[in-house]
Amino acid sequence: MFEGLSNKFSDVFGALRKKGRITESDIDATCEELRVALLEADVALSVVEKFVERIRQRSLEILPVIRQSTQQSQEIYGVINQELIAILGGAARRIRYAKQPPTIIMLAGLQGSGKTTLAGKLARFLKEDGNTPLLVAADLQRPNAVTQLSVLAESINVPIFAPEPGNGVGDPVRVSRDAVEYAREKLYNVVIVDTAGRLGVDAELMKQASDIRDAVKPDETLFVVDAMIGQDAVRTAQAFSEGVGFDGVVLTKLDGDAKGGAALSIAELTGKPILFTSIGEKLSDFDYFYPDRMASRILGMGDIQTLAEQAKKALDGDSAKRLEEKFVSGEDFTLEDFLEQMQAMKKMGSMTKILGMLPGANNAAMKKQIDAIDDKELVRTQAIVQSMTPEERRNPKVLNGSRRSRIARGSGRTVTEVNSLVDRFSAAQKVMKQMRSGGGMPKGMALPPGMGMPAAPRIAAAPKKKSRSGNPAKRAADEGR
Amino acid sequence: MGLFGSFLSKFSRAKASIEDLDEFRRVLIESDLGVNVADQIIETVKREKAENLESAVTETLKSFLSTQDRTISISSGKLTTILIVGVNGTGKTTSAAKLAHHFKANGKKVLLVAADTFRAAAVEQLLTWGKRIGVEVVQGAENADPAAVCFDGATRALKDGYEILIIDTAGRLHTKSNLMDELGKVRRVVEKVTPIDEVLFVLDGTTGQNGISQAQVFSESVPLTGMIVTKIDGSTRGGVAIATEKALAVPLKFVGTGEGIEDFRPFDPESYIRELLT
Ligand SMILES: Nc1nc2c(ncn2[C@@H]2O[C@H](COP(=O)(O)OP(=O)(O)OP(=O)(O)O)[C@@H](O)[C@H]2O)c(=O)[nH]1
Ligand SMILES: Nc1nc2c(ncn2[C@@H]2O[C@H](COP(=O)(O)OP(=O)(O)OP(=O)(O)O)[C@@H](O)[C@H]2O)c(=O)[nH]1
Ligand SMILES: [Mg+2]
Ligand SMILES: [Mg+2]
Repeated sequence: MFEGLSNKFSDVFGALRKKGRITESDIDATCEELRVALLEADVALSVVEKFVERIRQRSLEILPVIRQSTQQSQEIYGVINQELIAILGGAARRIRYAKQPPTIIMLAGLQGSGKTTLAGKLARFLKEDGNTPLLVAADLQRPNAVTQLSVLAESINVPIFAPEPGNGVGDPVRVSRDAVEYAREKLYNVVIVDTAGRLGVDAELMKQASDIRDAVKPDETLFVVDAMIGQDAVRTAQAFSEGVGFDGVVLTKLDGDAKGGAALSIAELTGKPILFTSIGEKLSDFDYFYPDRMASRILGMGDIQTLAEQAKKALDGDSAKRLEEKFVSGEDFTLEDFLEQMQAMKKMGSMTKILGMLPGANNAAMKKQIDAIDDKELVRTQAIVQSMTPEERRNPKVLNGSRRSRIARGSGRTVTEVNSLVDRFSAAQKVMKQMRSGGGMPKGMALPPGMGMPAAPRIAAAPKKKSRSGNPAKRAADEGR
Repeated sequence: MGLFGSFLSKFSRAKASIEDLDEFRRVLIESDLGVNVADQIIETVKREKAENLESAVTETLKSFLSTQDRTISISSGKLTTILIVGVNGTGKTTSAAKLAHHFKANGKKVLLVAADTFRAAAVEQLLTWGKRIGVEVVQGAENADPAAVCFDGATRALKDGYEILIIDTAGRLHTKSNLMDELGKVRRVVEKVTPIDEVLFVLDGTTGQNGISQAQVFSESVPLTGMIVTKIDGSTRGGVAIATEKALAVPLKFVGTGEGIEDFRPFDPESYIRELLT
């Protein structure tokens, strides 16, 4: 889909090297590549133009150095990367606590950008850091915004100030003001105010936001922005900057594949630091912002660090270890284990897309293996097992005809498919038993070999290279990640 | 007058210079049409005489759009089933409610299904809408399998003689293959009960170029029959909707223009393009 910039640069410069000397027009050509890449990453056009011009100047300045270098593309790439990081991280800082508690954090942003979820994430994060946060339900507009925040608050055991039912009832300014009073009384040291989503062009709602601001005098007003936003990022950031004013930015939904060019636009235009990132729907999917990762993401180089962390999470060693223990201890291998194992494999499968982000993912051998994971079959099997009752998963012998047809209905598969899964599972179970009596399995092997047989993904024969496993999941486990 | 408008009138006065065209290209890019689409339009502009520049641009944009029917076909006496899908926070639940309201106002017997069993208070959100518009909402047990809720909803719609069934699903990023598979399962399970007539992809109008890959990946899990573009009441120009329809040939069917139940209208290429251009 989108080649990394470094590839394009390598092409450009590869041709140049044969030619001998880099000229100004070669630099212009490179800058044009950069321009398109940044626009495809949704960086605002005005920012792209300024940025590319700066790169052009810098490159011209160092032209003599580049000419001598054997790694010309790397030199230019280095310049671009440095500039990007400088803009993205120039203002980097951590959250500012008030000298006199409570510290008040107000969230603002467009509809659906992830404010309420972020409120929960921040509360969780700050609580783990030893604070006593209070969540404030000041979105009284969106249907059940108050309920949403209450559910989140409860899930992390954080108190919530929600005196009004919302759904159009109650005054958000008053609620916010009262909340601060309440926090002082009860000695909560951080107050997080969730506000309704609003458009930059909605004067009335922007006024409401500034009224809330004036009522609570936040120490941090955070502008919450969806990483998928397009060119409108500029207009919206400007509107919020003028309408409410913000001290920092949070970028959400970075678990997707948007390049997140808005980060660059907003950092450049407002000079405000990006403090945090939201990287999933769960409250734990939250992190600091890393300018270097963002730079390579915007440039289409793949966000390698985040990728590595996601891989680690997906391949959570626990379940593999538990299975191994079970195997060694001689306990029965059940359909539940089978499902757990498949889910681990499935996560690996979903990694295939993310892996595509890596510059090296074009590597033919790797690609072949990734492609060979049969996602569809995994899904089908998973659906069937999930439609079984816990008892059926533990003891498939109880699966009579009527149970099988119920499972088929529930999973949207045919009875034949259910039968075939049960048969293959029984076969696998048998193999496992034999193997165990035949002396166990090699040390350090995380997955029982029987797993690879029935419905686990079909993996193309690994390129014969030492004893690296052809199974990516297994290999990652072997290599200690 | 918007940026486009001032450029177009400028062009109709005199022949466009290279600088003018560069400026015009900027405007196109700033509307989220994307570099490729912008370049194609510029090519057209270069070919056309200055007099009919405006219509040339409009025609070019229109030629990118699908010629498929943009209405939701309803056969009376038969259940029409609509599945609402999209990434997180784009406006699926709100659009589901708006659609339900729209059909109800046309005298249809409508049933909503709250199949987002994942996000906090997503079910309650739809229940609130249901109460407001007087439409029944089917819900499942907490953390129920969304496919199971849909199965119940579809069964009930058939049994009780509903005419329109609208299923609101959880937001999911297209990069999460397990969640995309879950959507595939929802579709299969519903289709065991009743055919799905429409799968509507909800695209946030403030989205940039990522919108295209979202729609692409969604269409691999569930064949899309239409799109709803939301939040174009803001400062966004919503060009990504056009770029996405161009890429996928899936017709835009509705436009969300606000948070209220009435802020919704059928997608009309002429007026959408006109608004984009003024
Ligand atoms: N994948 C992903 N989803 C997210 C992330 N942050 C929030 N979401 C989801 O995005 C949707 C909208 O999130 P909310 O927190 O309700 O957004 P909001 O800004 O409070 O929305 P309004 O109050 O309606 O303006 C929900 O489905 C969230 O689960 C994230 O980092 N990644
Ligand atoms: N301005 C404006 N806001 C909208 C529009 N459509 C939806 N919204 C708002 O966008 C936010 C998210 O809408 P939802 O309907 O909850 O979005 P969703 O896609 O169901 O979200 P998830 O289920 O969390 O993925 C809410 O605050 C809505 O009021 C629209 O056309 N214009
Ligand atoms: Mg909210
Ligand atoms: Mg929803």
